Amino acid sequence: MADKLRTLQNLEALQARYVGTGHADTTKYEWTSNIIRDSYASYIGHPPLLSYMAVGMGDSKEKVRAMMIEKMVRGAGNPPETQE
Amino acid sequence: MATTSHMFMYSLTIQPPSAVTQAILGQFAGTREQQIVTAAGSKLTIHRPDPTQGKITPIFSQDVFGIIRSLAAFRLAGSNKDYIIIGSDSGRIAVVEYLPAQNRFSRIHLETFGKSGVRRVIPGQYLAVDPKGRACLMAAVEKNKLVYVLNRNAQAELTISSPLEAHKPQTLVFAMISLDVGYENPIFAALEVDYSESDQDPTGQAYEEVEKHLVYYELDLGLNHVVRKWTDPVDRTASLLFQVPGGADGPSGVLVCAEDSVTYRHSNQDAFRVPIPRRMGATENPERKRCITAGVMHKMRGAFFFLLQTEDGDLFKLTIDMVEDEKGQLTGEVRRLKIKYFDTVPVASNLLILKSGFLYVASENGNHHFYQFEKLGDDDEETEFSSESNSADPTVAIQPVFFQPRESENLNLVDTISSLNPLIESKIANLGEDDAPQIYSVCGTGARSSFRTIKHGLEVSEIVESELPSVPSAVWTTKILRSDEFDAYIILSFANGTLVLSIGETVEEVTDTGFLSTAPTLAVQQLGEDSLIQVHPKGIRHILADRRVNEWPAPQHRSIVAAATNERQVAVALSSGEIVYFEMDADGSLAEYDERRQMSGTVTALSLGEVPEGRVRSSFLAVGCDDSTVRILSLDPDSTLENKSVQALTSAPSALNIMSMSDSSSGGTTLYLHIGLYSGVYLRTVLDEVTGELSDTRTRFLGAKPVKLFRVSVKGQTAVLALSSRPWLGYSDIQTKGFMLTPLDYVGLEWGWNFSSEQCIEGMVGIQGQNLRIFSIEKLDNNLLQESIPLAYTPRRFVKHPEQPLFYVIESDSNILSPATRARLIEDSNAQNGEAAILPPEDFGYPRANGHWASCIQIVDPLITKSVVFTLELEENEAAVSIAAVSFSSQDDETFLVVGTGKDMTVSPRSHSAGFIHIYRFQEDGKELEFIHKTKIDEPPLALLGFQGRLLAGIGSTLRVYDLGMKQLLRKCQAQVVPKLIVGLQTQGSRIVVSDVQESVTYVVYKYQENRLIPFVDDSVSRWTTTSTMLDYETVAGGDKFGNFWVVRCPKKTSDEADEDGSGAHLVHERGYLHGTPNRLDLMLHFYTQDIPTTLHKTQLVAGGRDILVWTGFQGTIGMFVPFVSREDVDFFQSLEMQMASQHPPLAGRDHLIYRSYYAPVKGIIDGDLCEMYFLLPNDKKMMIAAELDRSVREIERKISPPLYSIHVSCLARSSAPLG
Repeated sequence: MADKLRTLQNLEALQARYVGTGHADTTKYEWTSNIIRDSYASYIGHPPLLSYMAVGMGDSKEKVRAMMIEKMVRGAGNPPETQE
Repeated sequence: MATTSHMFMYSLTIQPPSAVTQAILGQFAGTREQQIVTAAGSKLTIHRPDPTQGKITPIFSQDVFGIIRSLAAFRLAGSNKDYIIIGSDSGRIAVVEYLPAQNRFSRIHLETFGKSGVRRVIPGQYLAVDPKGRACLMAAVEKNKLVYVLNRNAQAELTISSPLEAHKPQTLVFAMISLDVGYENPIFAALEVDYSESDQDPTGQAYEEVEKHLVYYELDLGLNHVVRKWTDPVDRTASLLFQVPGGADGPSGVLVCAEDSVTYRHSNQDAFRVPIPRRMGATENPERKRCITAGVMHKMRGAFFFLLQTEDGDLFKLTIDMVEDEKGQLTGEVRRLKIKYFDTVPVASNLLILKSGFLYVASENGNHHFYQFEKLGDDDEETEFSSESNSADPTVAIQPVFFQPRESENLNLVDTISSLNPLIESKIANLGEDDAPQIYSVCGTGARSSFRTIKHGLEVSEIVESELPSVPSAVWTTKILRSDEFDAYIILSFANGTLVLSIGETVEEVTDTGFLSTAPTLAVQQLGEDSLIQVHPKGIRHILADRRVNEWPAPQHRSIVAAATNERQVAVALSSGEIVYFEMDADGSLAEYDERRQMSGTVTALSLGEVPEGRVRSSFLAVGCDDSTVRILSLDPDSTLENKSVQALTSAPSALNIMSMSDSSSGGTTLYLHIGLYSGVYLRTVLDEVTGELSDTRTRFLGAKPVKLFRVSVKGQTAVLALSSRPWLGYSDIQTKGFMLTPLDYVGLEWGWNFSSEQCIEGMVGIQGQNLRIFSIEKLDNNLLQESIPLAYTPRRFVKHPEQPLFYVIESDSNILSPATRARLIEDSNAQNGEAAILPPEDFGYPRANGHWASCIQIVDPLITKSVVFTLELEENEAAVSIAAVSFSSQDDETFLVVGTGKDMTVSPRSHSAGFIHIYRFQEDGKELEFIHKTKIDEPPLALLGFQGRLLAGIGSTLRVYDLGMKQLLRKCQAQVVPKLIVGLQTQGSRIVVSDVQESVTYVVYKYQENRLIPFVDDSVSRWTTTSTMLDYETVAGGDKFGNFWVVRCPKKTSDEADEDGSGAHLVHERGYLHGTPNRLDLMLHFYTQDIPTTLHKTQLVAGGRDILVWTGFQGTIGMFVPFVSREDVDFFQSLEMQMASQHPPLAGRDHLIYRSYYAPVKGIIDGDLCEMYFLLPNDKKMMIAAELDRSVREIERKISPPLYSIHVSCLARSSAPLG
C-alpha cells in the first residue's frame, strides 16, 4: 500500500512539475486544453513558424504573438459542467 | 543515423537565413566601440557598425545548432565588457563572450535547467537582465521563471548561481523585462494572466473577468530568494513592457503598451496614460486602434526617451516629464507622459539606438535598415499629446488622437542590409545563358516586396572605363622606386608598340621614361631599389634611375616568348626553348647565369614567386611547356635550373603563378602554384617550400578561353585574378580561411593587373576589347549577388513563361484596401477637402481595412528592362492564390496563363465566398495578358498544373481535370484524393503527386481509358507540406511547416502495379489501409533545417555537374543537398560529423544530433554545416580529429572544401549516377 501511495505521490509531483502530463483520469477537456496551449507555445517559440503565420495573416509578428498567448488563456473554451 | 539507409545526402547552407529574430547592442569587444549581435535562425553573428562610413559589416558568425529564442547583453559592475546570454531550445542557459583577438565566441557558462526543445513551461522564451548585471531571469510562456544571480569571483571571473525559482502555475506571461532600480535589489516585471479560475468555470463568467496583471518579482540578494513583490491589474490588451530608467537617471518603473494606449506604471507612482496616435487621411479608418510592436529606450546624459513603433511602422517619441521642486530640481516623481510622431521606418523585430547616433532597424520582413539621426525631433511642429488630458484607468476608453504621417525628417537612411526574408518562392533557371544558373525568388511582404535575382559572384565597383586608340594586348602598372607606396606608370602593350601612361591627378601619356615604345612588351618590373625592367621580344631593357639604359639583346634568330620577373630575378624563355636566367647582383645590375637550360618543348608560361621576406631570391621557377607539363626548376645557387618536380597536365599551360596565400590547414601561409590551361581549366597545387614538390591539386573549369592568371591584392590579402571567358577571383574566405574561387560580376577581361593609387588603394586594371578599365572589389564576405525589382503586394506564387525570359507573379495582401477603393476614397476626400499628398506605400504601407483584399498579377522582366512590365489588378475582392502556364491540346497546344483566385477570403479560420479560375492569353510575346474567361468553382484552387494537355486543379480535397472551353473551363474528371486540402501538384507521365496541407503527399495515377484518378499510395505520418518536388518517378522530396526536409519513396512493386495496363480496377478494388490508400510510402531521408523550406529544386548548379537538390527557406536560407556517391565518403563524413559534434559541441548547449532530429530522427543526411566548422577549429583540435580519422588535416579540408557552387564539382562530378 505504501508503495502505491508513493507512486501516486511521485506521479502528482511529476504532474505539477511537467504541465500537461496526463493521468488515468485526464478528461477530454484537460487533454484538448493542453494540446492547444502546447501548440500555441510552440508556434511562439519557433521564430520561422511565427513569422510564417504572421505573413499568412498579413499581420505583424508581435501582434500575432500576443494574439496566440491570448488564445492560450482561453484554451479549449469553457470547461464542461461537473456532475457532483 | 540509421546505417541501413541506402541513400545519403550532404546538407550544406549556401546562404544563412537573413531574418533577424533578435538583435542586441553592447561593447562585446571590451572597447568603447559598440557592436551588434544578431540571431538569425541558428546563426549568431556579431556586426561592427562603422559610424564614419555609416555601414554595418559582419565580423564573425557562428552556427549554434539550436533555435535562438532570446538574447541579452550584460556587464558586471566595474567591467567594460559585455557578455551575451543565449536563451535557446537547449533547456540550458549559455553565457558567451566574444574574444576579439581570436575573433571567436567562447562559452563561459552552460547550466542545465530543464528539458530541451521549445516547450510551454521550459524557460527560454523570455530573458531579462538586471541593468547592473547582477541577475538575470529566464522565463517560459507559462509558469516557470528562473532567476540566476551573476557575480564575480576573486579572479574576476564571472560566476553564476544555481537557479532560484519564481514559478506560478497556470499563469501566462506576455512580456518580461527587468526594472532599472539602481543598486537596490533587482526587480523583474512581468505581464501575466492567471487562467486557473477561467479553467474551472463552466459558465464562462470567469473568462470574461480575467485580468491582466503587472507583477514585480524582487530578488532579495541578502536572502537569496525571489518574491512576488507587487501586482496590479493593467489594460487587458497589454502585450509589451519597456524599462524606464531609474536610480539617478529617472523615476524607474515600466511602460505598459496596450492597444491604443501606453501607460506608465510603477509601484510607488501614479499611473499615466497616453493614447497611441492614429493616422489621418482619406483612406485611413479612424476607428482602427494601433498597438506598439517594437520599441527602444535611449539614455543620454541626464535625459532619456523612447521610440515606440506601431504595426504601421510609425515611430513615436515618448518622453517623461518629472515634477520639479521649488528649487527647480527634479524630484523622482513623474508629472506626465508626452508622445509625438517621430518618423516612419519598416516594421521592426528589433530597434537599436547606437551611442554614435545611429538607429539599427532589424526589419521583420525585407531589408534591414541603418539610419543616422539628423535630429531628435525636439523642436518641430509635430503635435505633442500629453497624459494630462487622459485618465489612467484602463477601463475608461481613451480619447483617440490623430497625426499626419510625413516624409522622414529626423532619420536619414545610410545603409540597407539586404535580406531575402520572407522568401516565398524561388525558381532556378539560366536565362542569361551564363555558365551557371541563377536563382529567381519572390520575397518580402506588402509594398516592400521584391523580385530578386540571385547569382554567384563578387560585386565589382568600376572606377574608370576609357577607350584606347587601338586594341592593347596587355597592361601593367609599376612603381618607380621600391619604397613608393603607389603605382606611377600604366604600361600598355600593343601589337607593334608600347604606350606608357603616368598616374597622377590625371592619367596622361609620357614618353621620356626610358621604355622602348616601338616594340610590344612581355613584362614590366620594378627591380632592386630604383630601376625598371622592360622585357620585349628582342631583349631586356634595364632602365636605371638616371634613365640610363642597359640592353640585353636576345640571341640572333631567336626571340623572347615568355618572361617572369620579380624584384630581384628575371627569367625569359626563348623561341628555341631555352631558358635564360638573370639575377640582380650587389651593384644593382642584372647578371646572366652562365648556363641556359634547354626545355623539351616550346615554353608557354613562366613564373617566379615573390622574393620571400629577408631572402635574396625566390628559389623556384615554374616552367610550362606545350607538351602539357609544368616543371619546377630550382634557383638555388648550388642547383640552378635543375629539375625539382614535374606535373603532367591535360592541356598546355597558358599561365602560371607562384604565390603564397593564407591557408586554413597550416594556419599560416603556404606557397601555391596556380596553373591556367589553354582548355580553360584552372589548377591550384601546393608547392613545397623546401623540396619543390607539387601536391594536393584542385581543379576547376573556368570557361571556354585560355586562362590567364594575375596576382592582385584585395582587402589586404593576396588573391589570384583568373581570366577566362569571365573573370574569377581566388581568395581565402575571411572567416574560414578556406580557398574560394568566385566569378566577378563584370565584363570578360583579356588581361588584368594590380593597381594602386591614392584614389584607389587596392584596385585592378584590366583590358576588355579596346577599353581600359580600372575597378576594385569592396566586399569579400558576400559572394551571392542580388538584384531586386520592387513588387506591389506580398508575392504568393510565380511561374516562368514557357519560352520567354519573363516571370508571372501573383501577389495579394489581406486587410488592405484595393487600389480601386483607395482611389474612390481619395477622390471623395479631394472633392471635399482639396488635394492631399499621397505617401509612397513602400515606406508607409497600404491603408488597411478588415476583409478587403488587394491582389494583382505582375509580369517581371529580370533580364532586359529589369522591371515590372505589366500589372493586372484583380477586382471585386478577389485574391490570386495559384498560377500555372498550361498548354491545352484542345487549343492546338497553345499555352495559356491560368490563375486561381478566391473571393472574400478569410485566412484564419479559412473561409471564402467563392473561387475562380481565370484564363489569360499571352500577348506581345508574353509581355501582356488578355483576359479570356473565368470559371466559378466552389473553393479557391490552391494548386494548378498543366497535365497531358489539360488543366489539373486542386480544389479543397478534390483533384479535378479541366479542359478549356469557349465560355468556361469544362470539367472532365474528378476524385477526392487527400484528406484535407490540396496545396501542391507534381506530375510525371500519368502519375500525379498531390501534397496535402497536413497529410504529406499522396500519389495518384490517371487512367486515360477509364478517365479516372486513382490514389494508390500515401504517407504514414502527417507532414504539413509546404513544398515538394519529384526527384524521380518514385521519389518525392518535400519540406514542412515545422522546418523539416524529407524524402519519401514509393515501393517498387506498388509503383509498377499502379502503371499496369488496363482499367486500374485492381487499384480501385484494393482495400484501403487504415482509412488511407492501400499502400504506404517509405521514408528515405529526414532532416531538421529549422527554416521552413519553401521551394525545392532538382538542378545542376554547374554546367555538366551532377544533379543536386537546392532548397530555399522562408527566412531567406539557401541550401543544398548533395547526394553521396561512394559509401566510403559516407563513412568518412559520418565519423567526421561525430567527431565534430563531440569535440566542438554547439555553442548554446543543444546536442547536435538531437537538434537535427527535432521532430523525427535524422535519416541519411550528413550535416555539412557542422563538418565545415572544422575550418574554424584551432590547429591542435584539427590534428586531434585528423588523427582520430586516420587522415591528414589537409586531406580532411580537401574533402570538406571548397564551399558554395564550386563545391563538390570535382569531388562529386566523379560519378553520374542518378539521384538516389
